[in-house]
Amino acid sequence: MLRLALLGAPNCGKSSLFNALTGGKAKVANYPGVTVEYRKGEFALPSGQEIELLDLPGVYGDCGHSMDERVALDAVRGDLDGERAPDAILFMMDASHINTHLHNVLQAKNHGLPIILVLNMMDMAARDGITIDLTALEREIGIPVISCVAVRGSGRSLLLDFLEDWGGDVTHGSAAKPDPEQIDLKDLQARARSITSNAVSRVQKAETFSQRIDNWVLHPFFGIILLFIILFVMFQAVYTWSGPAMDLIETGISLLQRGAAAILPEGLITSLVVDGVIAGVGAVLVFLPQIIILFAFILLLEASGYMARAAFLVDTLMAKVGLNGRAFIPLLSSFACAIPGIMSARTIEQERDRLTTILIAPLMTCAARWPVYFLIIGAFVPAEKVGPFSQQGLVAFGLILVGVFFALLMAAIFKRTLTKGASSGLLIELPSYKAPVFKDYLIGLWDRGMIFVNRAGRIILPASVLIWGLMSFPTHATTTAQTWAGKVGGLIEPILRPIGFNLEIAISLIPAMAAREVAVSSLATIYSIGEVDTDVKLTELIAANWTLPTALAFLAWFVFAPQCLSTFAIIRKETNSWKWPLFAFGYLFVLAYFAAGITYHTALAMGLS
Amino acid sequence: MIKRLTDLAKNETGTIVDFDETDPRLSVRLREIGFAEGDSVTPLHFGLFGKNPMSVRVNGALIALRRKDAHAILLKSIPTEVTP
Repeated sequence: MLRLALLGAPNCGKSSLFNALTGGKAKVANYPGVTVEYRKGEFALPSGQEIELLDLPGVYGDCGHSMDERVALDAVRGDLDGERAPDAILFMMDASHINTHLHNVLQAKNHGLPIILVLNMMDMAARDGITIDLTALEREIGIPVISCVAVRGSGRSLLLDFLEDWGGDVTHGSAAKPDPEQIDLKDLQARARSITSNAVSRVQKAETFSQRIDNWVLHPFFGIILLFIILFVMFQAVYTWSGPAMDLIETGISLLQRGAAAILPEGLITSLVVDGVIAGVGAVLVFLPQIIILFAFILLLEASGYMARAAFLVDTLMAKVGLNGRAFIPLLSSFACAIPGIMSARTIEQERDRLTTILIAPLMTCAARWPVYFLIIGAFVPAEKVGPFSQQGLVAFGLILVGVFFALLMAAIFKRTLTKGASSGLLIELPSYKAPVFKDYLIGLWDRGMIFVNRAGRIILPASVLIWGLMSFPTHATTTAQTWAGKVGGLIEPILRPIGFNLEIAISLIPAMAAREVAVSSLATIYSIGEVDTDVKLTELIAANWTLPTALAFLAWFVFAPQCLSTFAIIRKETNSWKWPLFAFGYLFVLAYFAAGITYHTALAMGLS
Repeated sequence: MIKRLTDLAKNETGTIVDFDETDPRLSVRLREIGFAEGDSVTPLHFGLFGKNPMSVRVNGALIALRRKDAHAILLKSIPTEVTP
C-alpha cells in the first residue's frame, strides 16, 4: 500500500485534510486538540487503490527543536519504531502564509522523498488579497503544487483526482525524488522569497479580518479580561446547560435498577447488578453531559485559533513564575485530562520547562475530578442563583482557581529549586481565525466522549464490582467496618481521620487510584448497599451522612488528589524516570493532606456542621 | 547603533538585515518560523507586563515571541533614505 505523510506547520489544516480523506477513522489513538503523536488512516482513490495516510505533529523546519517535532521528522525519515518511511510527502501550507513559510517546503525536499505541495485555505488567502500563480510556483520549486480547501468536498475530490493521475508510481515524472539541496537556511529563505515575489501577488489590505479581531482579543488589558470571561462562561455552562440531560440519565439509571431488581431473583446476584454495576457505573456516566460541554468549549477554542492567543495573553503572567505561554495549552488540556496535557507538553522546547509543566499539570482540575466536585457541591451547595450565576458553578470555579493558584505557586517554587535555569521563549504563530469545521469538531467531541465512556467500562466497571465484593463479604457482616472493605479501609483510616475523613471515604480512596472518579462510583456502591430505596440520589445520601467540614475537607483533598495511576504512568513515560512520578505523588499527597486537614479544622472551628 | 526588533514601537515597521548569532539555535528557530533578511516586521500587540511578549506581523503571518528572542532580530538602522 502506498503510504503518504502529511507534513507542515502547526495549524495549517493537516488534521482537517486527514479527517476529510479518511473519514476521521484513525488507527493510532491520539488525543484531540494538539497532535503530539501521529495518526494513521486509510482512504481509497477513485480507481480503488488504497492509500495509507499519516497525520503528523506540526513542524516548521527540519531541526526538531521539541519532542513533538522530532516525532514528525522521525516519521518522515522512517526512524519511528515499527513504522516504515512514507513513500511520499504531502506538504501542507496555509496559502495565506505562503510568503512566510515557502522555505519550509524547500527544506522538506531534503528528505529525499517525492513531495507535493498542498496549498490549503485558498479561499481565506483570496479574502486577504493574496493571489497565487500555481503554474509559476510549480515551475520554480520543481514539485507539483495543488490548491485545496481541506474542509470542502471540492478540495477533497481535487486532491483525489490529482493523486489518481499522479498514481502509485512515485518514481514517475513529476513525482520523481527531488535532488536534495544542501544549502543553508539563509540561502533557502532568499530563494523562497524570490520565488514568492514572482508567483505570489498581494493586494495590501488596510486591515485583515483577523487583525481587526486581534485589536481586542490581544489587547494587553481587555484581552485578559476577555479570556477570564470565556473561562468563566465555560465553567458556568458546564453546570447550567447540563441539568436536563443529567436528569434524563439519572432517571434512566434508576429505571434500569428497578427493572433489574424486578427481573432478577432476590439475593447476591441482584445486589451485584443493582448496587455494584449499575450504581457504580451509573454514578459516573451521569456526568457525561458535563464532560461533553467542557470539551465543546475546549475544542472550539482550539479550532477557532483562539488557543494560541490565550497562550500569548497568559505568557506575560507565566513569565512571572518562570514558565512560558506554551505551557498554557498543556495546562488547559489538563482540565480535561492530565494525560493528553502532559503529552502535549512535548511542544515545549526547553526540557526544564517541560518538566515543570508536567509536574504541575495534575493540579489542573481534570474531568475525572469533576464528578467528585459535582457530587459534593450538589450535596452541600444549594442550587440557587447569585444574580445571574449558578451558585454551584461559582463554587466549582473557585475550586478550579485554587488549583490554578497552587499550580503557579508550585511552578515558581520548582523553577527556583529543582528546574532552575533560563526559561525558553514563546515563539508561536498566531493562526488566522477560522470557523471550526463542523465535522472535525464533532469527531473531536465524539472521541472525547468515547474516552470517558470507555473508562467507565474498562476501569469503573471492574472497580465497582471489586468494591461491591469487598462490601458484601463476609455476608454476616452487619456494619461497613465488619466487611472486607471495612478492614482494608480501616488500615488507612487512622491516617485520614485527623483530616476529617470517615471510613467510607477511606474505602473509596483506594480504588480511586485507578481513576479519580471511581471515588464517586465507590461511594455510590458503598451507600447503595446499605440503602433499600434505590430512588434516593447519591447526593442526598452524602448530604445526610457527612458533616459539612468532612465534605469541605474531601473537596480540598480533591483539588490536589494525589491519585490516578495513569497520570503517574504517563509522567514516568514522558520523563523516562521513576524519580519524577514518585516526586509528583509525594508532593501532591503532602499538599492534599494538609489542605484537607486545614480545611476540616478551620470549618470545625467556625462551628460549621 | 544597531537597531533591533525590540526597538520598534507598536505599528512601526522595520526591515530585517541580519540575525544575532549569539545563540545559533535561536536564529535557526526564528528563520524556520518565518523571519528572513529583507522582511518587513511590525509589532502589533504587547503583553501586559514590560511589553512582553510581543506579536509581530511578518509577511502576513502573526508571530508571538518574547522580547529576549526578538532582541536577536537586527533591523536596518536608519529609516529608509529618500533617494534624490
